[in-house]
Amino acid sequence: MLTLALILFPALTACLLLLTNSGTTRQLAFGAALIETALAIYAFSTFTPNATSQFGFDYPWIPSLGIRLSAGIDGISLLLTLLTGILVPLIVLSTFNRAYERPGTFYALMLFMQSALMGVFTARDGFLFYFFFEAALIPIYFLAAMWGGANRIPVTFKFFIYTIFGSLFMLLALVYLYYQTPATTGSAHSSAIVDFYKLKLSASAQGWVFWAFFIAFAIKMPVFPFHTWQPDTYVESPTPATMLLAGIMLKMGIYGLIRFILPVTPIGIETWGQTAIILSVIGIVYGSIIAIRQRDMKRLIAYSSFSHVGLMAAGVFSQTETGLQGALIQMLAHGVNVVGLFFVADVIYSRTDTRQLDQLGGITRTTPKLTVYFMIIMLGSVALPLTNGFIGEFLLLHGVYSYNHYLGLAAGFTIIFGAVYLLRMFQKAMFGPTTARTESFADLTLSESWVFVPLVVLVFWMGVYPQTFMKMTEPAVANLMKYIGTTAISMK
Amino acid sequence: MFPIVLLSVFAVVLLFLGFLKSRSVLLPATLLFLVAALVANFLDWNKTYLYFNSMLRTDNLSMVFTAIVLLSSFLVVALSGSFEDDEAAQPAEYYAIILFSLVGAIMMIGYENLVMLFVGVEILSVAMYILTGSDKRNLRSNEAALKYFLMGAFATGIMLFGMALLYGASGSFTLAGIASYASHAQQGLSLIFYVGLLMLLVGLLFKVSAAPFHFWTPDVYDGAPTIFTAYMSTVVKTAGFAALLHLLAASFTYVYSFWGIILAVVTAITLIAGNVTAVYQNSFKRMMAYSSISHAGYLLIGLAALSAQSRQAIVFYSLAYSIATISAFGVLMLVTRQRGMQTLSSNPLSNESFDAFNGLAKQNPLLGLAMATSMLSLAGIPLTAGFWGKFYMFSTAVERGQIWLLVVAVLMSAVGIYYYFRVIIAMYFRDGATEPIRISPVFRYVLVAAIILTIGLGVAPGLLQGLF
Repeated sequence: MLTLALILFPALTACLLLLTNSGTTRQLAFGAALIETALAIYAFSTFTPNATSQFGFDYPWIPSLGIRLSAGIDGISLLLTLLTGILVPLIVLSTFNRAYERPGTFYALMLFMQSALMGVFTARDGFLFYFFFEAALIPIYFLAAMWGGANRIPVTFKFFIYTIFGSLFMLLALVYLYYQTPATTGSAHSSAIVDFYKLKLSASAQGWVFWAFFIAFAIKMPVFPFHTWQPDTYVESPTPATMLLAGIMLKMGIYGLIRFILPVTPIGIETWGQTAIILSVIGIVYGSIIAIRQRDMKRLIAYSSFSHVGLMAAGVFSQTETGLQGALIQMLAHGVNVVGLFFVADVIYSRTDTRQLDQLGGITRTTPKLTVYFMIIMLGSVALPLTNGFIGEFLLLHGVYSYNHYLGLAAGFTIIFGAVYLLRMFQKAMFGPTTARTESFADLTLSESWVFVPLVVLVFWMGVYPQTFMKMTEPAVANLMKYIGTTAISMK
Repeated sequence: MFPIVLLSVFAVVLLFLGFLKSRSVLLPATLLFLVAALVANFLDWNKTYLYFNSMLRTDNLSMVFTAIVLLSSFLVVALSGSFEDDEAAQPAEYYAIILFSLVGAIMMIGYENLVMLFVGVEILSVAMYILTGSDKRNLRSNEAALKYFLMGAFATGIMLFGMALLYGASGSFTLAGIASYASHAQQGLSLIFYVGLLMLLVGLLFKVSAAPFHFWTPDVYDGAPTIFTAYMSTVVKTAGFAALLHLLAASFTYVYSFWGIILAVVTAITLIAGNVTAVYQNSFKRMMAYSSISHAGYLLIGLAALSAQSRQAIVFYSLAYSIATISAFGVLMLVTRQRGMQTLSSNPLSNESFDAFNGLAKQNPLLGLAMATSMLSLAGIPLTAGFWGKFYMFSTAVERGQIWLLVVAVLMSAVGIYYYFRVIIAMYFRDGATEPIRISPVFRYVLVAAIILTIGLGVAPGLLQGLF
């Protein structure tokens, strides 16, 4: 039942927000998002760490087809529901210094988005998953295209068509899997995801299903060469939408890999996993190199996100327990870090009206608070030990390395390159002589500080004591490994 | 059975009501008649009857199709607003023709005998020829009517020829008789039988505007008054597909290996022709014409597969498609009318272009929402009924194993999103000089009902389950 509340509560409050259009809208949205956070944290703290699905609900949806409204939280969903629950109020809070036109619609769309994301991460029925997967796209498209930058219309349109195009292939795969489940007279086929796991598909069928899923998720994440929509969309979207996209939405892709591709098509991965991993590693290196050359902060972070997500995908495709664990932890860590980084870019932009690194500099003279927070989050992204990025990237690299040494080595560049472009960004923006634009740079306001505080706490918490989060996912990951043919490499 | 009798009587009554000075009674009367027919339709619920020497059949499936047709007509008539802004219009005659044409549609839905099918098709078609040309002073309307009439008559001729050949081969006009002849397929059927089936199919495919028999559609849909375009693209299509479904399922399952592949190829051509051509349109109305061709393609998937799911898929799809189409044309009518007043240009081409929708949602949130819901539903995006329509269609094809057809359909769905979203982009993200449009209460109710139905069926698609 808790899952039902997690999914429905934001949607219902969003409907109410649509009716308001005053200055208090954002306070209401923030309050609603906080309640959702409380629910998510409650779920996290009362979750029993085993492989079962908890807090679930299960109702018939289309009875004659055996399609059910069924959702629940297991170890794999748990961290992502927590991430969604924690990030959305921070994203709402980050808008408090901005006045968006038609706030009622704006915040309602954000909460609708949250609702759909919760649905994606908890759905236990294949078609329900697809339903939410697509439903999440509509609010974010409108957020980006209505409140975005000058070039928003073609850019977001490309994003929309691109992602829908990918998802349609996933729909094909889901329908195909659905008809492979056994049906007897009197009981229909089943679209429960666990029933998909039990299928014994032929090798060629697994290959097709693998690619159908892979295209859908690879576009969402994005993995090279399906990433061309991403930098422009991140740059043109209003920052809250960018945060939703990079912080939470791209995790839908990784989550899909773990939830569908790994257990449903083990032979497909045996055959094609190497191709997928190579594409991911190309993305890591390629994204990093481009990030180094960027001048626009937002674009730089976008490419860094593209590079990081490549590592997560590679970790998943390594089919090792460490790789999977790493991907789960890194999803949480990356969500925290990337939202922090985009918020820094937004804070700087709101004061200087520019995101170009060569027009910035010397900000640190007047801003002790911003400097500290920025530094911590930046180091978290660089994966410095004792920060959240370290645990995830270490596990991921370990996974990729044990799959193939050379690929592991290539993927390892992510840390070096990451340090290069993030430190460069930090240095160019914060140090050096002040420019005309940064002379009178005001430090963080109270509400802005409060966005950073929880993020920084999480950076350290996950870096110092990751066991809080890892112990929740271990049984589920171990359970998932049973469906994967290769030898599991224990992480202990 | 009951709706046929009622509608025939009501239509005659309506003609007499036309003698009254006041036009204002016509719209409520017609709506009332349609509701009465809808209620009467369900009197036979859960029973199966044969009427008129076993030439007409009512069962749950035919009643559901009849209900969809009646509901569509109800919405269209409600949107017509008694043609109050058109002095030359003859609402009494239009409404009477609509009611008469519904009789034909219901015959096409429930026939058990090919003669009945022919009578139904002709009643519906002749009514459509008239309505298409009802804007007498408009050259485009005249051209459309003439074109429709000539090509439609030709297609009907081919269909009739096909029926005659089928009779020649099987010695029967009844579906059951043809089925029993076809059941001897192993011993070899005469060539005449296959030719007859093919010609019958061509005639019906023409009516539902499947490619390559679709060339009349854009011109006719574009030239006809918008309200009748809405009627044509929903009622005729639903009735046509009900007829095709009944024909193939009742009589020709034994020779599926013959027509299955033909229909699959026609489906693929229809999907490609409709979707790809729609991309290049600048007029919204013309885009909707091509979109209706593409939706004929999606509906054909269910026929070409003819699996256990097909009935349900076609019912659901017709309903989702009809609601979305009617509300889209409704919004178009308001926008065109307002643009006509604003720019004082009577050139309908510019008033019906995509640009006419620029900035619409900012001043008219309801119109924007109605149009956006329709477009999302037609594009098959989840949360709307259209998604489940496509889902059902795709699952019929998977059940039959027609994966190649499905890949075509998926690619074309992506193309479809492109042109449907042009409207949404124009309405929400572009700036235009639109003032608030006055919406009459009836119009408002219809649009709200369409939104609720579309989203309701999109969230709870199980509602229609187990009815038939």
